[in-house]
Amino acid sequence: MTTDIRTRVHEIVAEQAMIDTDDVTDASVPADLGIDSMGLVEAIFAIEEAFDIQVPFNANEPAASDFDYSSVGAIVAAVERLVAEQHP
Amino acid sequence: MTRRVVITGAGTINALGADVPATLEALREGRSAIGELDIRDVDRLMIRIGAQVAGYDESAHFNRQQIALYDRYTQFALLAAGQALTQAGLVFEGALAARSGVILGTSGGGLNTQDENYRAVYEDGKNRVHPFVVPKLMNNAAAAHLSMEYNLKGPSFTVATACASSNHAIGQAFQFIASGMADVMVTGGAEAMLCFGGVKAWEGLRVMSRDTCRPFCATRSGMVQGEGAGVFVLEDYDHARARGAEILAEVAGIAMTSDASDIVMPSRQGAERAMAGALAQAGLATSDIGYINAHGTGTAANDKIESAAVAHVFGADADRLAISSTKSMHGHCIGATGAIELLACIMALRDGVIAPTANWQEPDPECALDIVPNRAREARVTACLSNAFAFGGMNAVLALKAV
Repeated sequence: MTTDIRTRVHEIVAEQAMIDTDDVTDASVPADLGIDSMGLVEAIFAIEEAFDIQVPFNANEPAASDFDYSSVGAIVAAVERLVAEQHP
Repeated sequence: MTRRVVITGAGTINALGADVPATLEALREGRSAIGELDIRDVDRLMIRIGAQVAGYDESAHFNRQQIALYDRYTQFALLAAGQALTQAGLVFEGALAARSGVILGTSGGGLNTQDENYRAVYEDGKNRVHPFVVPKLMNNAAAAHLSMEYNLKGPSFTVATACASSNHAIGQAFQFIASGMADVMVTGGAEAMLCFGGVKAWEGLRVMSRDTCRPFCATRSGMVQGEGAGVFVLEDYDHARARGAEILAEVAGIAMTSDASDIVMPSRQGAERAMAGALAQAGLATSDIGYINAHGTGTAANDKIESAAVAHVFGADADRLAISSTKSMHGHCIGATGAIELLACIMALRDGVIAPTANWQEPDPECALDIVPNRAREARVTACLSNAFAFGGMNAVLALKAV
């Protein structure tokens, strides 16, 4: 499951950044890949659809949201946690 | 030909009140009408707050045949217009009717009608809808019913520029009179977007607050939607004077600009050009402006950029003016918001009371203006601006003067 989540998150980030999935690593930073705030909102929507989860994210106060998107690896970890919480 | 244009009638229905006096009283008291939404399927929404017109009973105002044709937004427009035209005391016949029209702003038009009928055909599987769905949902329905109700036979149409719709509409009505194309224009905006589909769509953008609207506050958490209508009678100054009409304020200038940059992110330059343009057309200096009714949505982006734009346009005078966002009280009424906010401008000019920015908690260094936190203030204001900066980067700023 973990591998599946990582692969799918990488695919979603790559699609949003319009780059190859191979160019996305856990160390990648979304902003550095060219994903702006609207791109981030779209990526989160894609993640919610892909994993049937709700992601706590408010574009007004991203820092206050309980969702770490500082790197792709952080997003993977957050999605793993949300999947475990919301689909135990 | 450039003629002076004045406001001789005002009407509204919004979450703060069902008419102008009730709305101004709430604005003076700094009372926020934001609360729990009472709409169908609210349990399927993540955003469950709004500034709803509470306790509204359409059958108290309209008969069955009218309700079949009037979406909620049209009903709001008709109720507000009725008040405005009663106050103006105008009857439209003959030559005056031919030289009078209506320009209304709306973003969603008959969105409740769309929502209900899509639900009927998609969710309930019905294969037949009411015959008047189209004339009920169309974006020009409210303007059309106003022209029919009051015999306005000049130019009539609807303006849709999202959150700036009302200001674009009022600005256009102003130009029609100033240029001599019309003598009287009924103008403003109406919006009723607080239905399941309307709120669900906004949820998607993730800019909606779940607690309340706190413009210019460090802890602001996004926008809160409202609904309602504001309708005004704009009239050629000489026409109004000749008949001894009571003048509420003068519309002195309007500027419209486009950011030409991003579909949702506002631009400081676009906002600056709109404010500077409105001042220039009105022949006002920055030192003349005592109050700005801000766009002030309560989103991170708008409030920061609007504050920077005001500081840049007004320079040292930015510290001498008051600026408030009444969206903290009546919510963001989208295509009607500029019209409802114009009431706060009229209150500042006529009553010398500046409506506060409600729900405010702590200063944001990026919004370092006098935002009149939480309590209304008495001040002598002879000129003011009303800002509207819409999605699509479409901006419209009105300049008003006391008469």
